[in-house]
Amino acid sequence: MYDLFIAPFAEFDFMRRALAGVIILSLSAAPIGIFLMLRRMSLAGDVMAHAILPGAALGFLVAGLDLFAMTVGGIAAGIAVAVAAGLVARFTELKEDAALAAFYLVSLALGVTLISLKGSNVDLFRVLFGSVLALDNPTLMVIASFTTFSLFALALIWRPLVLECVDPGFLRSVSGSGTVVHLLFLSLVVLNLVAAFHALGTLLAVGMMMLPAAAARFWTQDVTRMAAISVAIGVISGVSGLLVSFHANLPTGPAVILAAGIFYALSVVLGPVGGLRKRLTPSQHLEA
Amino acid sequence: MATALGFQNLTLGYDRHPAVHHLSGEIGEGALLAVVGPNGAGKSTLLKGIVGVLRPLGGKISRNDVKARDIAYLPQIAEIDRSFPISVYDLVAMGLWKRAGLLGGIGAKDREKIAIAIETVGLRGFESRAIGTLSGGQMQRALFARLLLQDARVILLDEPFASLDSKTVSDLLELVHRWHGEKRTVVAVLHDFELVKQHFPEALLLAREPVAWGKTLETLSPENLLKARRMSEAFDEGAGICEDAA
Repeated sequence: MYDLFIAPFAEFDFMRRALAGVIILSLSAAPIGIFLMLRRMSLAGDVMAHAILPGAALGFLVAGLDLFAMTVGGIAAGIAVAVAAGLVARFTELKEDAALAAFYLVSLALGVTLISLKGSNVDLFRVLFGSVLALDNPTLMVIASFTTFSLFALALIWRPLVLECVDPGFLRSVSGSGTVVHLLFLSLVVLNLVAAFHALGTLLAVGMMMLPAAAARFWTQDVTRMAAISVAIGVISGVSGLLVSFHANLPTGPAVILAAGIFYALSVVLGPVGGLRKRLTPSQHLEA
Repeated sequence: MATALGFQNLTLGYDRHPAVHHLSGEIGEGALLAVVGPNGAGKSTLLKGIVGVLRPLGGKISRNDVKARDIAYLPQIAEIDRSFPISVYDLVAMGLWKRAGLLGGIGAKDREKIAIAIETVGLRGFESRAIGTLSGGQMQRALFARLLLQDARVILLDEPFASLDSKTVSDLLELVHRWHGEKRTVVAVLHDFELVKQHFPEALLLAREPVAWGKTLETLSPENLLKARRMSEAFDEGAGICEDAA
């Protein structure tokens, strides 16, 4: 037992850092994912995750694998794409999903091209899939501060955010905060994605956000509980992914996301709220 | 009777096309007013204008001493995402927004108020049900409970009785009459002329332009209704600039 679950973390510094990384990421990214999902913006989250890449790549071109440059570049690009996709959808005939798909493809291609200008395949691999096991202290600090800020900010806008989802007309009638809340929420998405980008890379960053959220949907009909469950699923997937990757010598980022994927699949099948098992084994209906 | 709301040559609309055109008049404090008219006549638009969600394209709405927070608004039920995972209790509790705001706590007194509101609309026992599991009538009852908690001087209802059974309608109408008795101003967008004639002393017949406004029986005369139907043509893409605007 000890060898299986505790020893990897007790003995190796990099495993402890990775553990801290995935736990703090889950704490903040999973609840954000809940709202993305409930607002039917799961794809938008994916697009923003990719949009970070060209920004981070520009930072990389200027300063190499520099934490500050890549973080700033990523945030700027993420916010720019969030705004631009919104504008294209609002002011042209193109529907938002098509606009998002266009941005997604262009960002990915541009990012990979920029990185390849100066970097090696190793660098490219690292920005695409992350390097959970190579988190150093400054990177961990960036992740921790972003996620802490995001948790507090989410707590602050929780009520209007819920209202904006359920009944936007009512929110507008009681408060003018709708637009501000929406923009703040989008920036939180970008912040979390940039934090996750450092650990999981641009292709997997959104995984810690959407998979636990999608899984939690199958367990409860209350948004607060759903957020709590998604955090738990995120943490458990993070820990089990790390352990599996350690023992079986698998790439860490994908292992973590795969673990989350397994929890998602289990939830789809077993979840009491709209899960398959419930649907496939009809029980006797009640009297009233 | 003091006026709660006044309209001076008010024009509201979308993309410069008027949906409510040159409306003038006053809603008295404590009035019970039905807004009727064909689809696309600007009824919901008028409510959105009063709430302040939509800015006038021309003219003016005067609220006198009615502040934005004194107005409670019931949107059309279609605008509500009923798949969102939230309980009846939490939905109703939103009515306390004015007091609780972003971070304010919900104390014992508030919980009592919420319980009373839920009881009043006949939803006791449904508190922890997700709104997605409610029927249309139960959902509308929950929204009325939220209105009760808002405790507002002016109450705007957008098609509050659309596709409800007669029992639900009569229960909810009772609440409307109670508000009227408490001297609150109630403005409701409605389609059922019989119901309007029976329960609403005053009516505004709208077909983009105001057709008639006054005592319900006079407003809903056959001539006026015919006129309203003729005026309610779709929005003209090639419409010129309104000459009266200046």
